[in-house]
Amino acid sequence: MESLKALDKGLVERMHEGMLRIRLFEETQSRLFKAGEQEGFTHLYLGEEAIAVGACLALNPDDFITSTHRGHGHMIAKGGDFKKMFAELYGRTPGACLGRSGSLHIADRGIGMLGANGLVGDGNPIAVGAGYSIRLRGTKQVVASFFGDGASNQGTFHESLNMAASFDLPVVFVLENNGMSCGTITASVCKVLQNLGDRAVAYGIPGENIDGMDVVEVYRTVGKAVERARAGKGPTLVNCQTFRHHGHFEGDIDVRTPQQIKEAQSHDAVADFEKRMLRDGLATEKSIRERRERIQALVDEAVDFARGAPKAPAADAMKFVYAE
Amino acid sequence: MGALRQALIEEMDRDPAVVLLGQDIEVFGGAYRVTEGLAARYGSRRVRDTPISEAAMIGAAVGAAMTGLRPVVEIQFNDFIACGMDQLCNQAAKIRFMMGGQVAVPMVLRAPCGATGRAAQHSQSLEAWFMHTPGLKVLMPSSPYDAKGLLKSAIRDDNPVVVLEHKMLYGGASPGGKAKTAVDSLGAAYRPAPDEDYLVPLGRAEIKRPGRDLTVVATGLMVHKALAAAAELEKEGISLEVLDPRTLAPLDREAILDSVARTGRAVIASEDVITCGFGSEVAALLADRGLFHLLAPVRRVCVPDTPIPFAPALEQEVIPQVQDILRAVREVLEASA
Ligand SMILES: Cc1ncc(C[n+]2csc(CCOP(=O)(O)OP(=O)(O)O)c2C)c(N)n1
Repeated sequence: MESLKALDKGLVERMHEGMLRIRLFEETQSRLFKAGEQEGFTHLYLGEEAIAVGACLALNPDDFITSTHRGHGHMIAKGGDFKKMFAELYGRTPGACLGRSGSLHIADRGIGMLGANGLVGDGNPIAVGAGYSIRLRGTKQVVASFFGDGASNQGTFHESLNMAASFDLPVVFVLENNGMSCGTITASVCKVLQNLGDRAVAYGIPGENIDGMDVVEVYRTVGKAVERARAGKGPTLVNCQTFRHHGHFEGDIDVRTPQQIKEAQSHDAVADFEKRMLRDGLATEKSIRERRERIQALVDEAVDFARGAPKAPAADAMKFVYAE
Repeated sequence: MGALRQALIEEMDRDPAVVLLGQDIEVFGGAYRVTEGLAARYGSRRVRDTPISEAAMIGAAVGAAMTGLRPVVEIQFNDFIACGMDQLCNQAAKIRFMMGGQVAVPMVLRAPCGATGRAAQHSQSLEAWFMHTPGLKVLMPSSPYDAKGLLKSAIRDDNPVVVLEHKMLYGGASPGGKAKTAVDSLGAAYRPAPDEDYLVPLGRAEIKRPGRDLTVVATGLMVHKALAAAAELEKEGISLEVLDPRTLAPLDREAILDSVARTGRAVIASEDVITCGFGSEVAALLADRGLFHLLAPVRRVCVPDTPIPFAPALEQEVIPQVQDILRAVREVLEASA
């Protein structure tokens, strides 16, 4: 893989830091969830870290993102607060959504994270609307809309790309192509899966097909798309090939054979990036270990915080149905 | 439709965040001409034709509303909201709730409802679908006065609001269609909208005609049919009260209970289908909290469980008419004797 030496050292560190934040958060979340500490559903982003991190590093703090059912990684990459996130996963009052959304709808308006989403494909139209609002308000913001290969077969995908393209809206559609849709190998229900970025041709916008396991490539490609969007030139579709390390959600039956799972896990964006950093003299075994330990301590602190935080009170169940 | 247009103009003048999205609203002026001239006045950024993509239109309104605009979306017929129902019910209605109040979703969805000879996919009254989704407000004006005042309130409201406009009450034909309008035959209750800036508050019913013997809770066009029935019965010395909820969600339950407490009898007249319809909700309310006011069983006058047929005689058969209200009122009065 290409040398990292040409890149700004601070940027390389932020890439590593960002991917590790997701990796350690999610590994911890996996353990906690399997131990039965939380209710509900939890879909982990493990394996796909390079996409959220590369894409969000190309965004400004006041830019927006829309996310999916697999939303923790996106939120962390956009600057999500571990304590607010774990408190949300535990259904506690200091949670990002006051314990009302759990994993599936986790969101933080303050950092431009417009929401994880329980409906596959529903983030795309919301991103189009945020793009329309940016255009009318005359700000220079951009929206990145994350979604999966499964979602790319929803009508909302087509409707949104067409609308964003015809209105020249500042939206970057980031397709996370892990080849899986729940318990279905997407290739069995989608004729052409490999280069989904080519669908952009149908909408008259640029489309890219990239290695979503390489944070540098994601950062560069999305960065170019963001620049284009900010300049008022309209949307881009970026198809990122990636691998899902865990099952669809924690505790779910994985339809892949053990061999296929092993093969998926052998593609590891974090380990690969660390090897490159070592090779190019941008890190040492020690500096990597120290970074891991520091982040793990933050994760553990957030878990303790969440465990000890007050549970969302029953009396608040019907709060926020309507704005006053 | 002039009243609706006037409401849009006043609110767009007042607040630059108000934008219109819809099919054929920009160049063409809207299927029912409500947005005619508005693109010339505000430009195509604020009055924007969209592709025929109801899901993306409604979803985009959600995204725009979460990030600083107050979009007003026109859907050509309320039947087509089905294509964007997920965006309306799973996104618009719930996002504020799910996010613990971090955002508001100030958007309006306007759509024509009601039967005018367009057969099963362009004739429904789907208010009950939306009433069944907490987080949405649902309005159904019966006069230009209410239409303007309610729409202005809806645009200023911080919640997603669905405004259902009965086609027969627009006061004009849709292009190419025959002039299907009830307006020429309506009396004073088809109250014109004054030019001044006024609001009709959401969640507040209005008694369109006070009476002693029986309350007709009626929505949209049925308000006028109920008033016609009341005029007819007055000749026989029977006094109907006609109550128009105007806002169906949140429903002004107290006003309904108040009225029935005085009259002791109720007929509910709406143009949706009977099962789990608007009338079911009002009947359940009366059973729950108004049973001891009642001197006779409650009757619903609405569409039986059927799609709306095309041929005029068939449509007439399933859409409730003045005669149906008269019959129901007489039955209730007899049953209480
Ligand atoms: C509208 C809708 N249909 C079905 C589901 C159930 N479901 C949840 S995730 C998923 C698979 C999504 O696959 P993809 O978009 O590729 O995302 P991935 O899980 O691979 O990240 C399905 C079918 C849903 N949540 N929403």
